[in-house]
Amino acid sequence: MIPELGLYSLILAGCLALATSGGGLLAAGNPLLQRWVLSLTVGQCLFCALAFAALVWSFATDDFSVAYVANHSNSLLPWYYKISATWGGHEGSFLLWILIMSSWMLALALRSHNYPPSLATRVLAVLALMNLGFICFAVFTSNPFLRLIPMTPADGADLNPLLQDFGLIVHPPLLYCGYVGLAVPFAFAVAALIEGRVDATWARWCKTWTNMAWAFLTLGITLGSWWAYYELGWGGWWFWDPVENASFMPWLAATALVHSLAVTDKRGAFKSWTLLLAIAGFSLSLLGAFIVRSGVLTSVHSFAVDPERGLFILLFLLLVVGGSLTLYAFRAGRGFIHVSYGLLSREFFMLINNVILVVSLAVVLWGTLAPIAYEAATDAKISVGPPFFNVFYVPLGCALAAVLALLPGINWKRTERARLQPILVAGLWGLLVAVLVWFILDPASLTVATAVGLGAWIWITHGVDLWRKRKALSRAYIGMTMAHLGFAATIIGIAITATQSVERDVRMLPQDRIELAGMEVTFLGVKAVDGPNYRAQQGVFLVNNGSGGFSLRPEKRRYLSGGNVMTEAGIHAGWFGDTYIALGEPLDASQGAWAVRLHYKPLVRWIWLGAVLMALGGMLAILDRRYRALRARQLSAGMAVAAS
Amino acid sequence: MNPKRKQRLFMTSFVLVATALTVSLVFMALEQNMNMFYPPADVAQGKVPLNQTVRAGGMVLEGSVERASDSLAVIFTLTDHQGADFVVTYTGILPDLFREGQGILVEGELNRAGVFEAVEVLAKHDENYMPPELMDMPGAAPATASTEALPGLGERE
Repeated sequence: MIPELGLYSLILAGCLALATSGGGLLAAGNPLLQRWVLSLTVGQCLFCALAFAALVWSFATDDFSVAYVANHSNSLLPWYYKISATWGGHEGSFLLWILIMSSWMLALALRSHNYPPSLATRVLAVLALMNLGFICFAVFTSNPFLRLIPMTPADGADLNPLLQDFGLIVHPPLLYCGYVGLAVPFAFAVAALIEGRVDATWARWCKTWTNMAWAFLTLGITLGSWWAYYELGWGGWWFWDPVENASFMPWLAATALVHSLAVTDKRGAFKSWTLLLAIAGFSLSLLGAFIVRSGVLTSVHSFAVDPERGLFILLFLLLVVGGSLTLYAFRAGRGFIHVSYGLLSREFFMLINNVILVVSLAVVLWGTLAPIAYEAATDAKISVGPPFFNVFYVPLGCALAAVLALLPGINWKRTERARLQPILVAGLWGLLVAVLVWFILDPASLTVATAVGLGAWIWITHGVDLWRKRKALSRAYIGMTMAHLGFAATIIGIAITATQSVERDVRMLPQDRIELAGMEVTFLGVKAVDGPNYRAQQGVFLVNNGSGGFSLRPEKRRYLSGGNVMTEAGIHAGWFGDTYIALGEPLDASQGAWAVRLHYKPLVRWIWLGAVLMALGGMLAILDRRYRALRARQLSAGMAVAAS
Repeated sequence: MNPKRKQRLFMTSFVLVATALTVSLVFMALEQNMNMFYPPADVAQGKVPLNQTVRAGGMVLEGSVERASDSLAVIFTLTDHQGADFVVTYTGILPDLFREGQGILVEGELNRAGVFEAVEVLAKHDENYMPPELMDMPGAAPATASTEALPGLGERE
């Protein structure tokens, strides 16, 4: 009964989405219809939430007559994993996607008094049209509420053990908030194209939502990277896997959009470019969904293959991209104003930033799609490995860092050369850091010295800038500086971790000692440990780092329901480095020998901490008075009208 | 030239140069870092270029996995169950789902003796996942189609 109610709710939400988009797009100027669209949006969100709640209920009550539950849950699962199993597979995760989409719409509807009614109506209508597509996709190709009657299994097939983890409880919701959130700037762009109005105010409205979506996307990707690091047992944090690339591409577009919007907001320039980026961001989100959910690409974590689903998303993607670009082609050139600026200006630096980001995007897009194109053309199979991406990302990342380091000395419009002097002096300090790094590190590498030197340069120029302006700092400015400091931390973390990590794969007998990055690791042996739904072999390692010691207990788990084996790494996390031990396989049962993976990863935390700083900076910037003052001004203007 | 034109000229040439540079670099890098995939038949027939990083794949032949007694060196045979097979050597930790009879991918170089020296071994990620490179191979029919619809009927231990 409950699952059927869920399906009806979803279909009802689809009907409401149809009504919202139809009404909103055809008669956005009608005040009655405007209020109608708002209540329809609330209704749509409500029914999506009901549908999602029905699926969660089926999981919580172990209703294995629902095929999706039977495939992704098991009665032995702890309750919190039963809940998170709701988004552990294709159908349920897409229902979560729909719920998040309707939540963004609800948030917009609640804040709609900040915008001109016709614009808010059009934005909501465009979003409803997208959500209608999503709901149709769910209902027609990926219904999570399908029943297995009368062949109801006694127990479920279990959730993939890799997903039985805290990281996977929070990673998909955050990531989807980012993916789907990019639909909001997209809708703002389409609405602006329909109305033919793009100005600084529009950019300010759009920027709030873009920052929010971008921050969520940043957090989602960071969590995914962190999860892969401790859960896969390989010790890596980024694999250039197609699914990772699928999330990285919209992030690059969104990052470019955040910067381009800043120019449109402050100087009224880059309008057409901003619109194009807003369209690209959401289109890349959809492309990501296509890559993950259609199975056209080789990836370790894509969902099951189903050509029908792939075809549906591909058609939807073509409609969205084709439709919005056609609109763009006819409308974007209107109201072009020439804004002049010199080479030493923030505008030009933002342009360089955007070119670098778009080139990075093109590289990832090419590296991800080339295998498909190649196979279609020649029938031979190829793979594109990390070296391809590294060739580009090292110079591109360094170029971006260099531009960023100069930024605090650059004004809008034009800059006197003299103002650059302190920045260049700071550059000498950066150079000093680079030289020190060159002499200290072993193995020494020019790229690492450059990257660390650039990171230090960014910190110095931004730090000094923050101190100089301490009396008149807006939240937006602090947010921006935070994000930039975070970027520098991430660059330094990546450079050091990538080159200075110590990795040893060895065969170890109990009581064996081994040296790892100046520490002494003793293997005490392996003992059996039982979990709620698995049996584990737990290795016990003592690590002595000279001043003190700690123990690490990596596990090899065998899950009872599916017989899946999984590695749980033992990690000792620190500000300056992680000690990481994972069990390989038992080699010799009589002696107790094991294959063991021992890593020391310096500054690996900086990669994620830097990314978190970026996301927090993006969120802080939204709280700026600049964006709220707008609302107060409008309210007082509205009251003045009402009073007269 | 008036400043407006000058600015536009700068911008256009900047974008053009950047684009041209990237496109040529992408093609160069792709040429060097593209790994072709070969099934066992191609490896056995000597179609694989020697001493060049490639990917190959197949099913692990039952009873062919041998571990060294004092190191992490391992040797096994990959087969397509159709008469073609080749020997792989690898030193390191095998993935969790590496088992005899399972479809796996190896990345590395083929040496003169016809032995594949792997630097990386990739296995299925879970019970339902099959590397798409191995999909067309006979005997490697993915378990997904049947087990997805009827849970509990798939291959379990």
